[in-house]
Amino acid sequence: MVIKIVRNFIKRVFSGIFKGKKELSLGFYGPPNAGKTSLANRICKDWTGEELGRVSKVPHETREIQFKEKVEIDYKGKKLSFKIVDTPGIATKIDYEEFMKFKMNKREAQKRAKEATQGIVESIKWLDDMDAVIVVLDATKNPYSQVNITIIGNLVARKIPVLIVGNKVDLKKADLSKVESAFPEYEVIGISARFGKNMEEFYESVFRLAKKV
Amino acid sequence: MKKNKKIKGLTIQFIPYTEIEMLKSGERIKKLLDIVLSGKIIILQGRLKSEEEARLIEDTMAMVGHIKDFKGIELAVINPNQEKLSMMSQVKHGLARALGAQDSITIMGPASIVREIKRDPKKIEILMNK
Repeated sequence: MVIKIVRNFIKRVFSGIFKGKKELSLGFYGPPNAGKTSLANRICKDWTGEELGRVSKVPHETREIQFKEKVEIDYKGKKLSFKIVDTPGIATKIDYEEFMKFKMNKREAQKRAKEATQGIVESIKWLDDMDAVIVVLDATKNPYSQVNITIIGNLVARKIPVLIVGNKVDLKKADLSKVESAFPEYEVIGISARFGKNMEEFYESVFRLAKKV
Repeated sequence: MKKNKKIKGLTIQFIPYTEIEMLKSGERIKKLLDIVLSGKIIILQGRLKSEEEARLIEDTMAMVGHIKDFKGIELAVINPNQEKLSMMSQVKHGLARALGAQDSITIMGPASIVREIKRDPKKIEILMNK
């Protein structure tokens, strides 16, 4: 009897905590130029009518954390509210000379490189604030990179639910099966954030992900 | 003045697991970064924990732009006995062993020397800068 009372009390307290948590922080992580901002923009545009950030072919376009609160996603009559957190791409090296290939002068390139390094540090620090994370990978690239392993390893260590997205499936070079075989223990979904391909399935996966929080 | 990118010599330093085993996370990362900063490629027996790898990236980024010609690192962890296992199994395997499994090998070098470490489950290629 006492056990039952205690159990019910704990259940009430915990359900109260989760009911109180109205918004889930959904982070977008991955290497640079995988399409994190394109996907975050697509979601924000679909559900709020406004985009979140600027996209570019030049790597490290996102150099600061940017987020949009109260993004309500409606799927099959169910609504969930998210704080969409778009993060700078994580890399182990930054070479300002790479930016100069994109018609930037030395000073601009060095400034961008400095901001990019700070952005990477910020991305890592924000990991602790995420309820769930979407790891965005470029499906045209080799998924076996240490950065990808490090990101996912840190999410596993923090017990943060993960969904892996293989972006750019509209491109001929895309090979989603390679991403799937690299991470068979995770749900992998192929999308094109740019053209909105497979977004219905993506939202379905996001709802499944939210259930794991 | 044109930069001389020619590599004059290349040192590969092997670090046995016992050499980092007793070190704290911060000391371990500092030791590895100090070696990389001296222009050497490290072959480490074992691997860092995921959290240490993240801190290694943070510390590396803090140095880029502050240390002359330092552009960051190239890093790869391989496990010769686990070629057939998925990357996630390797992540979990790594976590299960606290500080990294002695049967793993970590390859790490300065990005100015190591352009890319290409890896797929069956082979590893270290591409050097000219």
